[in-house]
Amino acid sequence: MNGFDTWALSLGVFLPLVGAIAISGIPKLKVQAVKVIAVLASGAALVVSIIVLARFNFGQGTRHFQFVVNKSWIETIGARYHMGVDGIGLPLFVLTTLLTFLCVVYSLKTRPNPDTPRGFFALILLLETGMAGTFVSLDLVLFFIFWELVLVPMYFLIAIWGSERKEYSALKFFLYTLFGSIFMLLGFLAIYFRSHDPVTGQHTFDMIALQGQHLGSPAFLNLVFAGLFLGFAIKVPMWPFHTWLPDAHGDAPTVGSVLLAGILLKMGTYGFVRIALPLLPSAAHTWAPYIGGLAVIAILYGALCCLAQTDIKRLIAFSSVGHMGFVMLGISTLTQTGINAAIFGMVAHGVITGMLFFLAGSLYERFHTRQIDSIGPGLMQIMPRMGGILAFAAIASLGLPGLAGFWGEVFSLLAAFNPAAGLSTGLFRTYMVLGGVGTVLTAGYMLWLIQRLNLGKATEARLGERLDDVRPVEWIAWSPLLAGIVALGFYPGAVLKITDAAVGGLTRLFT
Amino acid sequence: MSSIDLHASLPEIILTGALMLILFIDLFLPSERKSWNGPIAMAGVAGSMVALFTLVGERRVTFAGMFVLDAYALLFKFLFLAIALVVILISTNYLEDTIRDSQGEFYFLLLTSFLGMMLMASARDLLMLFVSLELVSAPGFLVAGFRKRDARSNEAAIKFFLFGVLSTAVMLFGMSLIYGVTRSTNLSQIATALQHSSHDPLVFASILLILAGFAFKVSAVPFHFWAPDTYEGSPIPVAAFLSVASKAAGFAGMLSLMFVGFVHQTQVWAPGFAILAVLTMTIGNVVALQQTNIVRLLAYSSIAQAGYILLPFAVVKGGSPAVLRDAFAACLTYILIYSFMNIGAFAVVIGVSRKRPTNLISDYEGLMQSEPGLALAMAFFLISLAGIPPLAGFWAKFFVFSAAIHGNAAWLGAIMVVNSVIGAYYYLTVASKMILRPARDTSPIGVPYPIVVAIALSLIVVVGVGIYPNFFQHFSPRSTLIAFLR
Repeated sequence: MNGFDTWALSLGVFLPLVGAIAISGIPKLKVQAVKVIAVLASGAALVVSIIVLARFNFGQGTRHFQFVVNKSWIETIGARYHMGVDGIGLPLFVLTTLLTFLCVVYSLKTRPNPDTPRGFFALILLLETGMAGTFVSLDLVLFFIFWELVLVPMYFLIAIWGSERKEYSALKFFLYTLFGSIFMLLGFLAIYFRSHDPVTGQHTFDMIALQGQHLGSPAFLNLVFAGLFLGFAIKVPMWPFHTWLPDAHGDAPTVGSVLLAGILLKMGTYGFVRIALPLLPSAAHTWAPYIGGLAVIAILYGALCCLAQTDIKRLIAFSSVGHMGFVMLGISTLTQTGINAAIFGMVAHGVITGMLFFLAGSLYERFHTRQIDSIGPGLMQIMPRMGGILAFAAIASLGLPGLAGFWGEVFSLLAAFNPAAGLSTGLFRTYMVLGGVGTVLTAGYMLWLIQRLNLGKATEARLGERLDDVRPVEWIAWSPLLAGIVALGFYPGAVLKITDAAVGGLTRLFT
Repeated sequence: MSSIDLHASLPEIILTGALMLILFIDLFLPSERKSWNGPIAMAGVAGSMVALFTLVGERRVTFAGMFVLDAYALLFKFLFLAIALVVILISTNYLEDTIRDSQGEFYFLLLTSFLGMMLMASARDLLMLFVSLELVSAPGFLVAGFRKRDARSNEAAIKFFLFGVLSTAVMLFGMSLIYGVTRSTNLSQIATALQHSSHDPLVFASILLILAGFAFKVSAVPFHFWAPDTYEGSPIPVAAFLSVASKAAGFAGMLSLMFVGFVHQTQVWAPGFAILAVLTMTIGNVVALQQTNIVRLLAYSSIAQAGYILLPFAVVKGGSPAVLRDAFAACLTYILIYSFMNIGAFAVVIGVSRKRPTNLISDYEGLMQSEPGLALAMAFFLISLAGIPPLAGFWAKFFVFSAAIHGNAAWLGAIMVVNSVIGAYYYLTVASKMILRPARDTSPIGVPYPIVVAIALSLIVVVGVGIYPNFFQHFSPRSTLIAFLR
């Protein structure tokens, strides 16, 4: 199995791409073949990631990169084909393959208009390659290629299969992210030209080799951090760079929203944990209070915006701003608890919000509206199972203890009580209190959502439509997520056991 | 040095033979067989390329040091011949449809211009640079006006001509001043003579004057006014030729001039290039936003792209040899990649214009439905021009950014970031119009196979280099031209 260990990650990343290419070669009318290849390709990637998970060396081993492949790629600039996973990347890699597979399964029966399955599945698979590659790259150039690779497929997913102002939203998403990510590239290059490879003596893009190098004066490092911050913060998105998100989420097709919220946003927070913090620890220390401040604003602002939404998808989108605020607050404490909480929060948010967007999509498909007041009241009478799942996911999202959403938020706040050495304890405790207010507001809008949708009495006309309740294919696509919400809630150790040692290795830089 | 090395100039000799042959044979070809000129021209280019292969790895200096054949020259000559092949491929059907009786002259002029480019790549002497620049431009003036009865084509030619002549005169004045100061026209001797006179105002003035001539050739702002009108009015293959080959020739001359002749004057010219680059990319991009005609859009886009190529010149100010090398390599890589993605886009435009002759961007709406292959190819070229990985255009931009950061010119990099985003906006808008909008005219276009071949060749380069960027790096051209810098 040694050969497998070397190439497992490459397989997981590129099998979807192979599937996408195969799909483009199939004649337009053979829809069945397209579906089979899409399921096979994304399923194979999922199997690979599960095998990686099973063969992963837990415990203290999570600090080290495993399944490493390190080959020469572009000699002139010293960029290498270097991949590997540790405890930080692994949960997100598995989440990516799982969510994409579920999206493919969901799309077997439910696809947005226009119904052109060939392009649709090909783009989803291409997107998967970009997302999965981002979480396993250990070379800055390789990372950047995968990071940018998600832009084009997501753009077309929104622009072709979206709703309302789809072209506007798609373009806004694209240009916003591009703007941030090229500044991030400038930051990478600035790091590169101050670095030296311990083996060859040349400059290096290698994330591992770059750790602990002396790269320049504090002023220089802060400037470089600013470049990386812009790239990552727009992707997260942190307030005030979030304005692309409600539009993109609102107008994207269902699986587009699921993947956007479930995976793409995590690329930003992952970037902070994987690149910005370990490569520029001193600058991260300087920036941490500001990042924490923006995170708390995002929590409160997201919650307040949610209270004002009438559109269910925009509401979930704004709730993402708030939840990612908790993740960023955890990261900004620079403590082991905080960053563990952040990664847990990323996974939990991916599962819960992915579920919520699936629900919003299925409701839209049945009711042809996203207005909360038009769907409700009385969803429990019209389709009781759907309503039940919605209530469950919404309660998980507001952070009820025992479900997945709870741990990320509570540990994040807990970490803010006692931030890393050198950070102002008073300031972070203020953040904690404000974040706590945010959780109350979150509970408020989520419960209000349940009240407006589920409760009350449905109109006769609605009852007369005899709409489908949850369909078999939806059960198949959703049950892993529902199980995940419960499992992570009852046994958060499942994720924390993977992340803890790796995070410990990272936070030692800040003690 | 006294004897003339014929082998070194064999590619040029073969090309000259081919263009003379065309001129001669064309006299005897009846109207319906004028299209034979195309294959003859192609054979000439292919023969020249074969001769070029025999020179790979050589370094020859002949014609009293005026003509140098090294890896740098070889690389550019291969590029020019490859572009010549593609231009001939995309011209054949276009000429048959529009100006069939003058095909002989067209190919004659085209090859003459390419001959000028081949010489430009080898020119290491002011006189030689001047002669080859004229040889590139003069046939260009004529082919731009080749649709003789079209007023816009006439306008295209006359504008191009007036701008060209004016800027050449200015450049020649600058060259004469340099000769007066250094008593030499040889670039390396000029460099030696100017080694210690970096602040001489006369040198400063003459560099600026010479720069004007080349700035016109690469359509840098403020010498760009001819480009959009000329591109729009010329036959489209000529627009493709001007925006790619002729521009690359301008950069070839500019590179050897700046990095060999005036290499000790970076303090003088780098700030000038900074202004030129920023103006060129910004104005090109901003004006491109408002275009409704695809050829004009590509014209302004090619102005903006020239701005990106100019940027590395601006970062070498007082930099180390390593910075100089990086900047040089960035320019070169950008030119190579730009040539293929831009000529690919033009090839698609020519294909579409056969049935939609107005060339409006709105003609491209719904192209995906009637011609999915064309639409996808165009989308690839546009996304590559926007610089999105994993297509070749990304690496072009990557190396420019890299040079900017290496030269401590992050502010120039930041300006280019903003410009890239503006560029992405209009490239993506066109791409999504082709794919998203309902088609106005769903009649099939029926692209002739020479154009298909041209598109396929460009596409292979754009995708191939995007995935495997080492491909261009293997040529290691930077090792020769600026070797003495180390």
